[in-house]
Amino acid sequence: MSRIQETLKIVIVGHVDHGKSTLIGRLLADTASVPQDRISAVQRRCTEQGKEMEYAFLLDALEEEQSQGITIDTTRIQFHSEKRDYVIIDAPGHKEFLKNMISGASDADAAFLLIDAQEGVREQTRRHASILKLLGVRQVHVVINKMDLLDYDQESFDQIVTDCQAALANAGLVARSYIPIAAKFGENIVHRSSNLTWYAGLTIIDTMDALTIEHSSHDAPVRLPVQDVYKFDHRRIIAGRLESGTLKAGDEIVCWPQGTRTRIKTLESWNLSEPPIELVQGLSVGVTLEDPVFLERGTLITNSDAPPLVGTHLTANVYWLGRNPLVMDRRYTIKITTQETSCEVKTIHRVYDSGDLSVISVEGGVPANFVGEVTLEAKQPLAFDPFAGVPETGRFVLMDGYEVCGGGIITGLAGEQSTDDHQEKEKSPAGAAKPLVLRKKLKRSIVVNQ
Amino acid sequence: MEHLERLESESIYIIREAYRKYKKIAMLWSIGKDSTVLLHLARKAFYGHCPIPLVHIDTTFKIPEMITYRDKIAQEWGLKLVVGKNEEALRDGMNPERGRLDCCTALKTEGLQQIMAKHEFQGLLMGIRRDEEGSRGKERYFSPRNKDFEWNFKEQPPELWNQFQTEFPAGTHVRVHPLLHWTELNVWQYILHENIPVIDLYFSKNGKRYRSLGCAPCTAPITSEAKNVEEIIEELKNTRETERSGRAQDQVDAYAMQKLRVRGYM
Ligand SMILES: Nc1nc2c(ncn2[C@@H]2O[C@H](COP(=O)(O)OP(=O)(O)O)[C@@H](O)[C@H]2O)c(=O)[nH]1
Ligand SMILES: [Mg+2]
Repeated sequence: MSRIQETLKIVIVGHVDHGKSTLIGRLLADTASVPQDRISAVQRRCTEQGKEMEYAFLLDALEEEQSQGITIDTTRIQFHSEKRDYVIIDAPGHKEFLKNMISGASDADAAFLLIDAQEGVREQTRRHASILKLLGVRQVHVVINKMDLLDYDQESFDQIVTDCQAALANAGLVARSYIPIAAKFGENIVHRSSNLTWYAGLTIIDTMDALTIEHSSHDAPVRLPVQDVYKFDHRRIIAGRLESGTLKAGDEIVCWPQGTRTRIKTLESWNLSEPPIELVQGLSVGVTLEDPVFLERGTLITNSDAPPLVGTHLTANVYWLGRNPLVMDRRYTIKITTQETSCEVKTIHRVYDSGDLSVISVEGGVPANFVGEVTLEAKQPLAFDPFAGVPETGRFVLMDGYEVCGGGIITGLAGEQSTDDHQEKEKSPAGAAKPLVLRKKLKRSIVVNQ
Repeated sequence: MEHLERLESESIYIIREAYRKYKKIAMLWSIGKDSTVLLHLARKAFYGHCPIPLVHIDTTFKIPEMITYRDKIAQEWGLKLVVGKNEEALRDGMNPERGRLDCCTALKTEGLQQIMAKHEFQGLLMGIRRDEEGSRGKERYFSPRNKDFEWNFKEQPPELWNQFQTEFPAGTHVRVHPLLHWTELNVWQYILHENIPVIDLYFSKNGKRYRSLGCAPCTAPITSEAKNVEEIIEELKNTRETERSGRAQDQVDAYAMQKLRVRGYM
């Protein structure tokens, strides 16, 4: 098998005790990805404590995690199959540690949602499903674990699959497959189980190997948020990460929110045998510009054909994590890539529990682990995209004081006069962002250079 | 994008973020391969310049070649170097025989604490990686330490979508870990790719080499024939021993490293 030169990030989620850490521990041990002395050390510790071998201890390395038998914080482990390299992210299943789960899942290419065969779908199963949906993780596989406790029975498995399909549909997700395993005994992880012969699908490792990274296309809109401007020598280098699209010297660009036009003069580099000809998505880059235009951290550089949305009002779905609920009449800080400004909640349209999706009154704001559909008003104009168009510039975090208290995805630009007209804009892809909308917004508050 | 390029890009982003956010920032340079890669990444992030001063904590028990190499590179690359020593503990005769964990805490953790206080550094870049040992696996890219240097691993800020919590109440300093997502193998592959000069203690002489560098009394070389970077990469692909197996302080008890790190160890 030829190896793929890409590392795929997979997060393992699910209710507490359903076997996430065990699955990963087993995966590491069965692919010989973890040093033998680490396995022996865990074996020794379990024997000392009078326990059976706990593969979870390979990941749950903190003393508190091992003594309580729970995962408190995310762990990321690199491992490889014959086909390619992986980063496996073990996310905690406890409700108190949901913000650690989100840290783990936010940049995953794919997710495995684990369900204990005996317990079935539980509260955190549902919460994790709705978080995956919100984070935009599209490739989700469901793993039914502890099949040994149901005597590897096919009918029971089918029943759980039916229940789970319903729960996922509520969260707006469709699983790509359902895999029966017994993590503790390493069944259907790397080696096929002789107890589950009725199952014709792929093992965990084969499912992983069959995943692909869903790349954005080459002609995706250019999005380069300015991180900093350097003047260490004669050059004035604009530094940032190219979040979307590609850039070459000579390309015409626009700097937002001002709307200033110029061209890329040079692509900067250091310690390369040949200077780069083209910059691609995901790279931390540095460029110089043709004209000495004003820009600073937070300026969004785009190509001229695909302008972003620009304005102070945006509609979004926010997943709230704060100790205090997200409320109106309180100042928060919004961060979209490198843009950062003060904001407040203008309207709360709807609030629902990420666990059972039950809708509650908007009066009390958005409590922790609830999702709020809101309109935000920023103090400074922001340049952004609908999440469905360009995810990298279509998501943000909200800070309450020093703390990151929520993550949100942008559904559109909101008009001040009517907060309901975002529905239609939501559908238009970023590439086709209407200059009309822009002009309307810009006339009001922003000076357009050209 | 190639894998190494992706790792490099993520690290550069974090280094630039830290440099932008903290006026007083330093980079910890242990002379080992990881912090030397970190230094190289900083020069890459700033196009050949290194606007961030380096801090080296000298326990006086370091392997002598490490100091020679340090001074040579610092001069060649025009680096600002700050050397910290816990003079008081050394005068008191602190050494590993008084207990390895106590010695690490006094000479490394407290030595670092003193230099941070003296220069009022708010941010400290370090080359630790998640795959080194269990408690480092739980780290954040921007990891706050209170005024007593304590790490509250139960209440860590969420990090999503490359948004990091960079501001904290007064008295906090922030450990920034741009290499957190790298593995030992990645580090060597990158050293090869970028042709980064590393200290030759890593290369086999008379059948032995160092895999991890620390203080002479607590660091043992491993048996190895790997004489250059390519051979180290081959060796690592085939080994099932952990990297820090030659570091005595890790073996004191099962949670030794967590205990050291909660108190402010690197
Ligand atoms: N019977 C049985 N027990 C399992 C299986 N997989 C995991 N467990 C046990 O379930 C418990 C919880 O596992 P753990 O991996 O810590 O769950 P997590 O909270 O989802 O990470 C541990 O005691 C495991 O030994 C399995 O396939 N069969
Ligand atoms: Mg766990």
